[in-house]
Amino acid sequence: MTVEANDPGLSIAAGNGASLRPLLEWLARRAEPVAIGLVAILIGLALFSIFILVIGKSPVTLFQLMYTGGFGSWFSIQNSLSRAAPLLLTALCVALPARLGLVIIGGEGAVVLGGVAAAAAAMPFVGVVAPIVLFVFMGIAAMVIGGLWIGLAGFLRHYRGVNETISSLLLAYIAIALMNQFVEGPLRDPASLNKPSTKPLPADYMMGDIPGMDVHWGLVIGVIACIVSWVLIEVTSYGFAARIAGGNVRAAQIQGLPVGRLIVGFTAIAGGFAGLAGMIEVAAVQGSANASLAAGYGYTGILVAFLARHNPLAIIPVAVLLGGIDASGGLIQRRMGLPDATVLVLQGTLFIVILFCETFYGRFKIFNPDLWKRN
Amino acid sequence: MENGIGLWGVPLAIFAGAIRVSTPFIFVSLGETITERSGRINLGLEGTLVFGAMTAYAVAVLTGSPTLGVLAAMAAGAVFGLIHGWICKFPKVNDIAIGIAMMQFGLGMAFFLGKPFIQPVAPKLPSIPLGGWSSTPQVQAALNINVLFFIGAALALFLFWAFKNTRLGLILRVVGDSTDAARAMGINPDRVRLLATAVGGSLAAIGGAYLSLYYPGSWNEGISSGQGLMAVALVIFARWNPIGCFLAALLFGGAGALGPALQSVGVTQGYYLFYAAPYVLTLIILIMTSSPTRSLAGAPGALSLTK
Amino acid sequence: MTKLLSPNRTMNRRNFLQASAAGALAGVAPGLIGSPAAAQTALTVGFIYVGPKDDYGYNQAHAEGAAVIKKMPGITLVEEENVPETVDVQKTMESMINLDGATLLFPTSFGYFDPHMLAMAAKYPKVQFRHCGGLWTEGKHPMNTGSYFGYIHQGQYLNGITAGYASKTKKIGFVAAKPIPQVLQNINAFLLGARSVDPAITCQVIFTGEWSLAVKEAEATNALIDQGADVVTCHVDSPKVVAETAAGRGAFVCGYHANQSALAKDKYLTGAEWAWGNVYTNFIKAAQGGQKLGNFVRGGLKDGFVKMSPLGSAVSAEARKKFEATLAEAMAGKLSVFKGPLKDNKGNVVITAGKAYAEDAIDLESMAYLVEGVVGSTS
Repeated sequence: MTVEANDPGLSIAAGNGASLRPLLEWLARRAEPVAIGLVAILIGLALFSIFILVIGKSPVTLFQLMYTGGFGSWFSIQNSLSRAAPLLLTALCVALPARLGLVIIGGEGAVVLGGVAAAAAAMPFVGVVAPIVLFVFMGIAAMVIGGLWIGLAGFLRHYRGVNETISSLLLAYIAIALMNQFVEGPLRDPASLNKPSTKPLPADYMMGDIPGMDVHWGLVIGVIACIVSWVLIEVTSYGFAARIAGGNVRAAQIQGLPVGRLIVGFTAIAGGFAGLAGMIEVAAVQGSANASLAAGYGYTGILVAFLARHNPLAIIPVAVLLGGIDASGGLIQRRMGLPDATVLVLQGTLFIVILFCETFYGRFKIFNPDLWKRN
Repeated sequence: MENGIGLWGVPLAIFAGAIRVSTPFIFVSLGETITERSGRINLGLEGTLVFGAMTAYAVAVLTGSPTLGVLAAMAAGAVFGLIHGWICKFPKVNDIAIGIAMMQFGLGMAFFLGKPFIQPVAPKLPSIPLGGWSSTPQVQAALNINVLFFIGAALALFLFWAFKNTRLGLILRVVGDSTDAARAMGINPDRVRLLATAVGGSLAAIGGAYLSLYYPGSWNEGISSGQGLMAVALVIFARWNPIGCFLAALLFGGAGALGPALQSVGVTQGYYLFYAAPYVLTLIILIMTSSPTRSLAGAPGALSLTK
Repeated sequence: MTKLLSPNRTMNRRNFLQASAAGALAGVAPGLIGSPAAAQTALTVGFIYVGPKDDYGYNQAHAEGAAVIKKMPGITLVEEENVPETVDVQKTMESMINLDGATLLFPTSFGYFDPHMLAMAAKYPKVQFRHCGGLWTEGKHPMNTGSYFGYIHQGQYLNGITAGYASKTKKIGFVAAKPIPQVLQNINAFLLGARSVDPAITCQVIFTGEWSLAVKEAEATNALIDQGADVVTCHVDSPKVVAETAAGRGAFVCGYHANQSALAKDKYLTGAEWAWGNVYTNFIKAAQGGQKLGNFVRGGLKDGFVKMSPLGSAVSAEARKKFEATLAEAMAGKLSVFKGPLKDNKGNVVITAGKAYAEDAIDLESMAYLVEGVVGSTS
């Protein structure tokens, strides 16, 4: 499968002189994940087609419907983007600690507690301050609680040696219990009847949609968070230190890097983002905190982060892809009479192949920037 | 049927719950211990567990034999393990990520293929009535113990012994501690990990079969409430020690019975907090038994999760 | 299509379009019987379920109702299962409207109502939305929305009667998901039914906290039986586990949502079942006939919204007699389950002596207490 060096691309590079080389180097580096990712998606779809053929349905119809439902119209694109929005923030909750070599799987806990904190923080200020100020209060409350929750997992990891994967999972279950207790107990709005919830935000205090779109502001906030995270990791010295500590803790400590502060700081920021996702669910979608906050965004975020190889910018297209599959799932159910689980099978197949294809990184010379440096 | 047994119901429920609820945790965590001891982590056992539950139930419905159901589940679980093990032998493939994707795949396949088996009733796995000596029906019911529980207990003891005293156990540990050392000894680490993951998947599927064919003994899409994921976490909690896994599963099962039992004797406020007891308890014990200096005690050296 | 569903305030089939006590509807005008041509009118109807369509319980009951209307001429049915109560359900509704051309939607889970369905109804005023269980209020909620529900607590009252006769320990048990009005009504009705047989009976309730949690439901059932309960019923999404576990321990079972007699066999007394097929058929006939759809539709046993499972073999002749007499009372519209004097289990009077709520009393839909004799807490 390797590409020969006398590939036409190479002769173009050689022929067009020195000025093109940096561009080609850059392209080669950037093209690798895109090319491998696209080929992986095609292989995954081919395997899934076999499954669909075996059960006696038409893969062509299915893919047409997926396109229609996920990306085929402005409505469908907005549908996909709406579903992607919360995943941006919850994927960051996994991707940031991953730079330090930590596997956090309990982002769901920060989401639900962030939502409850935001709803609670809003209560005294509705009608007192302007909506935008209220959102700031809610966002701060959610980020502080979410940051404390996941930061605790980081703290326990560094200062007590508690494995962060298990502690974050346990903390997520505890958070959901706390959320239910608050929402059905002290924070319950008596008028919420059959769906115990906190007191809803009035309509003029809802975050609303991006102008001209049917997608709430959470998408913009998520994209900004991804960009900020990318800068944090790739540009700042903290990100550099984190990458060293993620590679080898002892080496980082010998170099005098504050590993403990890095771990607690990164997990806290990660949890803050997940908490913010909970706040957006309250302020832009639900209007109140209730059990629907535990919709699994935290868990789906794990998958998004791993597929994006913990690169904050790559999280954006991966989340949109996932949102698109999700959006098209409904149409597949409705038009083809297939059960909801079809989408899970598709996601599973697709992601196994995409992750499997990571083995091809560095195998193709055409993507090697050094190739474009020579002569 | 007799009258209630009052406050004695709480310790009895914890005891009975520990036995009833723990079995899936025992099998999944023992299976994962074998896998992780070989230096791989399979985070996707939740999917294997649910697929095992579906397979066992479906085969039991079709053949009328729950035993065949368990065997079929084991075979299906082994296939899931083989897929995971095979994919992860390639360089740069992340075993944690593959596990999460396999979980998605396993759940999807189980729900998809399991649709026709939600309505039929499957024959259940038999239990051994050990409570004949007692005249209290509650005690008799608590001591109606499924044979899989005893198999799980025996397996924990056997694995504890086998890891230390058998050649296979040694090979597994060498592979788990250092890929290079294993190669130097002429062992093929990929093959060992492949088989260890297959055995792990097979055991996890037995845990699923217990859910669907014994307790609660039903197949639907909500049959598991994350037992597979939690059991993987319990392996770290138990520090890769099979007997530790067994005890952790008992603790977890017993603590899980606390919520319903307390409500049944009239402690009705704040039940969500009681339901969180297993998680809180596990976290507290984890914090108390960990220390920054020996945090990785017992961890296989080649394991990506604890590196 | 939009013309068909235009707001003309007419309706027929009184049973179906019950005007509520809140006066949601102006009244019953002479029925416009749909012409034969109108009956064939093409209509795309969307159903949305919160769980799997075949859960042996809540969602299956709705899906079976949807299957009934699927056979009606001119109907295109589009269904989606496992839709969470988040932005997902809003987009599912929109997708059904935009991509499938659905003009009548049935989001069947309570949590779909506010804010999700209301937001979509405001955005798509020409589409009709009818929601299961919501408390639709005129003036507060858009006219293209509405809600329907059944007085299934009548069924739990009848369950309670068979339980009262069957119980030897005088303790009966209830496995419940969450302490919300719909569930509290059922628990209370179950106990009141049993107490109509023997006022000494008490009912132990265990809340599992979730709508579908198999292992916890099994543990809760075991805990109830350990404490002496010998008849068990439930209000969770899928009663399969409770029915099988209770019967396996030798306790009697009263069903819920659907008929669980195949699971509990000779331990099955009776059960309170939904009959959504009737409800949905009526809605579709009205829509195809060009009539206004009801905004606040309620009904009980006599309206065919709810039905009872056939009595099991363990039901005594005496119990059968009382059961049938009470059922007849309900069929005549004279059954009042909640009547004074009634205290809650904290000792407060909740219904004063002499006051009796009719089955359709709107106050019952915001019930927040457990009656005296129920052991359990609402928070």
